[in-house]
Amino acid sequence: MSKYITIIGLEIHIEPNTNSKMFCSCPQNHFGAKPNSQTCPICLGLPGALPIANKEAINKTIKLGLALGSKISEVSRFYRKHYFYPDLPKSFQTSQKDNPFCVGGELMGFKINHIHLEEDAGKLIHQDGNSLIDFNRSGCALIEMVTEPVFHSVEDVLKFTKELQLIARYLDISNVDMEKGTMRLEANISLSLDGKLPNYKVELKNINSFKFLEKAINAEIERQTTALDSGQKLAQETRGYDEKTKTTFSQRTKADSHDYRYFPEADLPPITSRKPYAVGPMPELPQQKRERFEETYKLSKDYIEILVSDLSRANYFEECVKLDPSLTKSIVELMINKNMDKDYPEPAGLVKKIKEITNIEYASESDLEEAIREVVYENPDIITSYKNGKGQVIGFLIGQVQKKLNGNGDPKIINIKLTEKLHVATQH
Amino acid sequence: MNNIPLTIKETQEGLKSKKFSAVELVDSYLAQIKKYNDEYNIFLTVTEEEAYEQAKSVNQLINNSENAFEQYPLLGVTTAHKDIFLTKGVRTTAGSKILESYIPQYSATAVRRIERAGGIMIGKLNCDAFAHGSSGENSDFGTTLNPWNKKYTSGGSSSGSGAALSANMSLITTGTDTCGSIRLPANYGYSVALKPTYGAVSRYGVIAMASSLDTVGPLGRCVDDIETVFNVIKGKDGLDGNVKNYENNSQKIKFKIGIPKEFFVGGLDKEIEKNIQEVIKTYKKEDVEFVEVSLPSTKYGISVYYIIQPAEVSSNLGRFDGIRYGNDRNSFGEEAKRRIMLGSYVLSAGYYDAYYEKAMKVRTIIKNEVDEVFTKVDALIAPVAPTPAFKIGEKASDPLAMYLTDIYAATANLSGIPSLAIPSGFSSKKLPLGFQLMGPRFSEHNLFELGRKYHQEIDYKPKVAF
Repeated sequence: MSKYITIIGLEIHIEPNTNSKMFCSCPQNHFGAKPNSQTCPICLGLPGALPIANKEAINKTIKLGLALGSKISEVSRFYRKHYFYPDLPKSFQTSQKDNPFCVGGELMGFKINHIHLEEDAGKLIHQDGNSLIDFNRSGCALIEMVTEPVFHSVEDVLKFTKELQLIARYLDISNVDMEKGTMRLEANISLSLDGKLPNYKVELKNINSFKFLEKAINAEIERQTTALDSGQKLAQETRGYDEKTKTTFSQRTKADSHDYRYFPEADLPPITSRKPYAVGPMPELPQQKRERFEETYKLSKDYIEILVSDLSRANYFEECVKLDPSLTKSIVELMINKNMDKDYPEPAGLVKKIKEITNIEYASESDLEEAIREVVYENPDIITSYKNGKGQVIGFLIGQVQKKLNGNGDPKIINIKLTEKLHVATQH
Repeated sequence: MNNIPLTIKETQEGLKSKKFSAVELVDSYLAQIKKYNDEYNIFLTVTEEEAYEQAKSVNQLINNSENAFEQYPLLGVTTAHKDIFLTKGVRTTAGSKILESYIPQYSATAVRRIERAGGIMIGKLNCDAFAHGSSGENSDFGTTLNPWNKKYTSGGSSSGSGAALSANMSLITTGTDTCGSIRLPANYGYSVALKPTYGAVSRYGVIAMASSLDTVGPLGRCVDDIETVFNVIKGKDGLDGNVKNYENNSQKIKFKIGIPKEFFVGGLDKEIEKNIQEVIKTYKKEDVEFVEVSLPSTKYGISVYYIIQPAEVSSNLGRFDGIRYGNDRNSFGEEAKRRIMLGSYVLSAGYYDAYYEKAMKVRTIIKNEVDEVFTKVDALIAPVAPTPAFKIGEKASDPLAMYLTDIYAATANLSGIPSLAIPSGFSSKKLPLGFQLMGPRFSEHNLFELGRKYHQEIDYKPKVAF
C-alpha cells in the first residue's frame, strides 16, 4: 500500500457530431478525408476572414451540461488563446475562459469544474523529412470538460470516462471514439501525503485509448512514487506516454510554459442562453435506464450493465419484451449469453425463435380469448386509463394475459385480440 | 472627354445621355493615374484590364436595359479600394512588405457589393502598413503625397483613399477607420467620408487591425455619394457576426447639436477653431440649435485606444509567422513591431488587469458618457484633427506626437458611433479644412441630412487639386 494519495484531474476533449465546423460551414467530420480538402478562408485563418459561431455545437455543449447538472451561463463568450504552432493558422485558438457555457456539475459524485467550447487545430504530418500541414481538422468544434482534481485511482478515472462516453452517446452529441480521436484525454497527476494538492502537477498527454489510459496513468504514478521515495522534488511539467518503453517522458517544463494572453474575441458577440434551451428533449440517461431496468424487469446488475452500455441493444431488448413480457428472462439470457440479437435484426424474429427453442405450443384460441376476457374484467382501472388515452397500458395487459396462459400465448395474436376487445370495451 | 465628373449624379447623367461612355471614363482616370501616380504614390496596383472589362459590361447594361441605373445604384462608378480590402485574384498588400506578393482567394463583402451594384474597380490604394498610422508615412511602399501640396502628408492610414479623390483618379474610394483612418485623409483632401457605426458594414475580407474598433466606409466628394455607397455596402452578409440590419423611417425636422467643450480647448489649431465657429453660424441660419455638452472621460480616449488597439493588433498579426504568405517577420515595419510588442505586453500575465482590463473599463465609461449625451442632442460637432495636414517628416520620428493626431477620432471608435467628415474650406496655406459630425449608433441618416443642410447653405462645390 503506497503512503501517497493519488490526485488526478481530467481534461476531456469531445469532438461533437455537428454538421459543420465551429466557426465556418466546412464539414466537421474529417475522418479519412483527403488532406486540405475541407477548408475555407475562415478555418485557414486567411487575412480578413471572420468567424460565425455554430449554434448546433453550442446546443450540444449545453445539452451535455444539463445532463451533468451544470449551471448554464446566461451570457457566455469566446476568448482568443494565443500560441504559435504551425497547425494553428491564426496564431490563436478561439476558446473560452470566463463564463464558459457550462459551469460546475458532477458525474458519479465526481465534481466537474466547467465545460467549454473551442476550435481544434490542424494536424502536422511528418514524412520523408518534410513536415506537412493538414487543415481539415482546423476549426473543428471541440467540447472540453475540465474536472476538479477528485480522482484518486485509475479505476475512478476509468469509471468516470466510460460513463461520460455513454452519456455523450445517449445524448447523441458525439460518437466519443478514442481511437478516431473524437474523445481525447489529458490527466493532471500529482501525489500527496496528506490529501492536499501539492505544489506541482504533471500533465499527461497523448492518451488515445482506454488501455493506454490505464497503463500511462499507472506508469506515471509509479514514476512519481519512486521519485518522491528517493527524496526528489517533482516539477510542474507536461509528459507523454511511450508505448514501447511503457514509461512517460518529459515534453515541456514549466520554464517554457505559455502565457496565452487570453482576451475576449471581439469578432464573436456574446451569446445569451435562456430557458428553454434549444437542445431538444432530454433522453433517458444511462443511470435512469439502469434504475428502470432493475425495477421493471428485475434483471441482474451484470445484465443491466451490458444492456445499458449499448443503447441499441437496450432498445432491442425492450422491443422484444414488449412483444412477450413473459419471455423477459429468456430474451436477456439469449441476447447476452448467445448474442442471438445479432442473428435476428428484428426483435419479433428473436421472440419467435425463442418460442420455437422452448418448444412452446401456443395456447388455443378459445383459451386465449377466455384469458383476455378475464383480464379485462379484473382490471377495470387499467381499462379506464386505456380509455383515457393511455395506450401504453396494453403492455401490462398483454403480460397479464400471458400470465394466465403460463406464457404460452402467441404475443401477436394476443395483441390483436386484446386491442379488438379493448376497442369494444371502451365503446361502452 | 474634357472634364471628369466629380459626383455619382453627374457621372450617371453623362452616361445616360451618352455624353461619354464608361470606357471613356476609365480612359480618363487611367490617364490621370499615369500622369501623377509616380510622383504622388497613390495607387499600389492599377487594375487596368479589369477596369476596361467592367466598363464594357457597364456600357452593355446601359444600352440593353432601360432601368439599369435603378437596378445598379453604382453603375459606372469608378472605385478604388484601400489595399487592405481583399480583392480576389488582385494583389492585396495592406501596405506591408509581408504581403507584397499576396493574391487573395476571395473578395471582401464591401468589394463584392460595390461590384454587384455596377461599380468599376480601377485599383488598390496605398496606406500605412496594416493601417498603422495617421500620415501614410508607415507604408512599406513609400509615403503618399498630398495632391493639394506635395510637401504635406495626405493623412492616414487610408492615405491613398483621400489622395486618389483630390488627384481625381477615382470617383469613390473605400477606407477603414480604426481611429480616424477614413476621416483624417478625407479631411486632409477636401473629401466627404463616413466612419459608419460599428456593426453597420461587414468587415469580412478586410485585413483586421483592431477587431473591436475597425470600421469600413466610403470616401467621396459629396454627401449624396457617401450615402449611396453606404446603402450598397451596409447590412448583414452572414459572415460578420457583429453586423446588424437597421432600417430608419423617422424623418427629423429640427436638430440639436452638442459642442463637447473638451474638444475645443488648448492644442486646437486657431484656423480650425474659427472655421468650425463659422460652420456653427451657418447651421444656426438653418434653424439648428447648439448646446455645450461635456464628455469628461474622452480625454482618456487616446490612452485607452493605445492599449486596446495594440492588444488586438498583436493578436491579428500573429498569423504572419513566416510559414505562409511568402515573407517572414523581419519584413514587419517599425510601427507594426512597436504595436506587436506593446500589445503583447498589455495582454501578458500580470499586466492584463492593470492595462487591458482597465482600458476596457474606461472604454465602457466613455461609451456611457456618449450614450448619455445623445439623450440630449442629435449629434456632436468636433474637429477631425488638431491641425490641418502636417508636413511629411514632421511627426514621423515621434510616435507619440503622431498618435495625438487621432485625439478627436478615438471617441467614435471606442463607443462604436458613426461620424461623418465634411469639408468646410481651406486654410491660409491653402490646405483643406473640415469638421466631423458624430451621432448615436445607426443614426447615419441624420448625419447625411445634417451634412447636406450645411453644404446646401454654403453652396458647396466638390473640388480636386488637379
